[in-house]
Amino acid sequence: MMRLLSNDRPGHWLLALLLVGLLLGLLAAPFLFPGTKALAVAARIAIFIVLAASYDILLGYTGIVSFAQTTFFGLGAYGAAIPLALGGGGWAVVAGGAAAGIGVSLVLALVMALLSLRVRAIFFSMITLAIARFAQVLAAEWRGLTGGEDGLTFTVPRLISPAFRLFPAPLLGLPISGPVIAYYLILAVSLAAFLLMLRMVNSPFGRVLQAIRENPFRAEALGYRTILHRALASVLAAGFAALAGAMMALQLRYTNPDTTLSFSLMIDILLMVVIGGMGTLYGAALGAALLVLAQYYLEPLLAGLARLTGGVPVLPALFDPGRWLLWLGVIFVLVVYFFPAGIAGTLRARGRAA
Amino acid sequence: MSRPSQRDPLPYLVLPALALAALAVMSFPAWLTLTVAGIAMGCMLFLAASGLTLIFGLMDVLNFAHGGFVTLGAFIAVSVVVTWAPAIGGVALVALAVLAAAAAGALLGLVFERGLIRRVAGAPLRQILITMGGAIILQQALIVLWGAEPLPLPRPENLRGSVIFAGAALERYRLAVIGLGVVVFAALALTLKRTRLGLLVRAAVENREMVESLGFHVDRLFRLVFAAGTALAALGGVVWALHAEMVTADLGADITILLFITVIIGGLGSVGGCFLAALLVGLADNYVGFLAPKLALGTDILLMLIVLLWRPRGLLPVAAP
Repeated sequence: MMRLLSNDRPGHWLLALLLVGLLLGLLAAPFLFPGTKALAVAARIAIFIVLAASYDILLGYTGIVSFAQTTFFGLGAYGAAIPLALGGGGWAVVAGGAAAGIGVSLVLALVMALLSLRVRAIFFSMITLAIARFAQVLAAEWRGLTGGEDGLTFTVPRLISPAFRLFPAPLLGLPISGPVIAYYLILAVSLAAFLLMLRMVNSPFGRVLQAIRENPFRAEALGYRTILHRALASVLAAGFAALAGAMMALQLRYTNPDTTLSFSLMIDILLMVVIGGMGTLYGAALGAALLVLAQYYLEPLLAGLARLTGGVPVLPALFDPGRWLLWLGVIFVLVVYFFPAGIAGTLRARGRAA
Repeated sequence: MSRPSQRDPLPYLVLPALALAALAVMSFPAWLTLTVAGIAMGCMLFLAASGLTLIFGLMDVLNFAHGGFVTLGAFIAVSVVVTWAPAIGGVALVALAVLAAAAAGALLGLVFERGLIRRVAGAPLRQILITMGGAIILQQALIVLWGAEPLPLPRPENLRGSVIFAGAALERYRLAVIGLGVVVFAALALTLKRTRLGLLVRAAVENREMVESLGFHVDRLFRLVFAAGTALAALGGVVWALHAEMVTADLGADITILLFITVIIGGLGSVGGCFLAALLVGLADNYVGFLAPKLALGTDILLMLIVLLWRPRGLLPVAAP
C-alpha cells in the first residue's frame, strides 16, 4: 500500500480520511448518485485531479508560476477532438490524436522552458500569460481546424457512446451505459497518472525540484543543473495536463476554447492547488474535488442567500449566484495569508507536530 | 552601476525604422492614418502601463490586478457621464471623468497596497498569488457594483468625427489621446528627472537599500508611487473606455496581457522604455493589422520575443541586474 503511494504518507489522520473518502466516493459515484449531472461532476473531479496535480509539480514542487497550464490541457483536448471530428471513430484515432496533442505539448513546454526559465520568475509568469492568451485566440480564430468559438462536436468510440449498453440488464440498479464506462476508464487513467506523479515527486528527481524551490543558488552550487531540472518539470507537467485534456474531450464529447483554454479555467486550477495545499499533490486532489463541487453546488446555495437578503441594497448582488468567484477570491487571499500551506500542508504540519 | 543603455541609440531608432519600413509598402494617406492610430493606441497603452512599470521598478511588485484599476476607471467614467451628461458637456465632462477616475484609482490603490501587497513584500511567489487573488476580487467587486452587462459610453460631440489632413482621415479623439499621452509622459519624465521626489524614486529603483540606509522612507515613497500608478491606470481606463465607447468588466483582464508585453519590451521599471515600447506595440499592431490581418493576433507576442532575443532585459533597462 505504502509502496503504491511511494511512501508519501498523508501525515494526518484527517487528511488520510479525506483522501480515502474522496477515492471511495469517486469509485462508487455512479451507483451512489445516479444521473448525468452527478456523473459529469465526478468525471470532472477525476480529470481535474490530474490537471491540478500536474500544475502542483510546477507551482508547489518547483516554485514556478506558470499561467499556461490550460494551453497544454487544450492541446490534449484538441488533439483528441480534431481527428474524431474529422470522421474517425475508433480507439486508434483517439489514441493517436491524444498522443499527438501530448507530443506537441511536450515540445512546446520544452521550448518555452528553455527560452524563458533563465529569466526571473516574474518574467516567466508574464510570458506564460501571453502564450496562454495567444493559444486561446488561435483556437478561436483558426476555424478550419478548431471550429472557432463554437468548438468541435464529435462522436466517440461506440464503447463509451451514450447509446451503448455493456449488459442487457442494469447492474445494482444502474444501467452500465457508455458514459459510465467512460467514467471508469477516466477514473482508472486519472488514478494511474496521479500515482505516477506521486512516484515522480518522491524520487531523487523530485527532491532536487524541491531543493530548487527552496534555494536555487544552493541547488546549483551542489552541482544540480537547475535549468535542466526545471525544464524537465515543465515538460512532465505539460504532458500530464495534455492527458487530462484528452480525457476531458472524450468525457464532454465536444471541445471549445472556453472549456479548455480560458483564463478563468487557469484561475480555477490556481485556486485548486493553493487552497488544497501547494507541494503535496494530495492537496491538489482535495482542492480539485472541493472547487468542482463548489462550482456545481455553491451556486444554488448563493441563490438562496441572495433570496434571503432580497430587501437589502447591495447584498443580493454580492450573493448573486454568478458571483461565487468573488467569494473564492476572498478565500484564496485568506489562504495565501494565513494558511500558505493550504489544507493538506496545514494538516500535515499538525500531524508532524503531534 | 554602469548604465550603458543610456548612450545606446539603437533602441530609439527602432520606432522610425518601423514607421519608414511601413511607409515603403503602403500609400501615404493610409500610412498617415495608421501611424496616427498607432501612436494614439501607444499613448493609451502608456497611460495604462506606466504605473505598472513604476511599481515594479520600485518594489519588485508585479501587480496582476493592475488591469482591474483600468476597469475601475472605465466604470467611473460611465457613472460620471451618466450622472452629468446633459448638465456638463464636451471636454469638461471628460476632464471631470478623468479627475474622478484618477482620484478613485489612487484611493483604491492605497487600500489595495495596505490590505494586500504590504504583507507579502519580499516573497515573490506569494506576491504573484496575492495580486492574482486581488485581481479576481477586484473584477468581481466591479461586477457587483456596475453589473456584468456591457455599458455604453458615448463620446462627447466635439471628440467625434475626423479631420482631413494630407488626404488622410485622422480621428479627432485619437489626436486628443496623443496630446494627453504626451502631456502625461512629459509630466512623469519631468517629475522623475527634475524634482527631489523624482530623484529619490529613481535612486530607490536603482538601489533600494542604499536609499533606505541614507534615512529615507522608501515604503512611504512606494505607497505614493503605488497610488500614482493605480491613478494612472484608472485614467488609462477612461481613455480606453471612450475609445471603445463601451465598457465591460473584462476590459482590464483583456488588456492586462498587452500591458505586460509593453512593460517587458520597454524594460521593467523604465518609464521612458514603457513609452517607447507602447508606441512600438501600437504602431506594429496597426501596421500588421492593415497589411496582414491574419497575423494581427500574434503581433504583440512576436514583437516581444524578437525584442527579448535582441535585448533580453528590454529596450531601455533601468539598471544592471
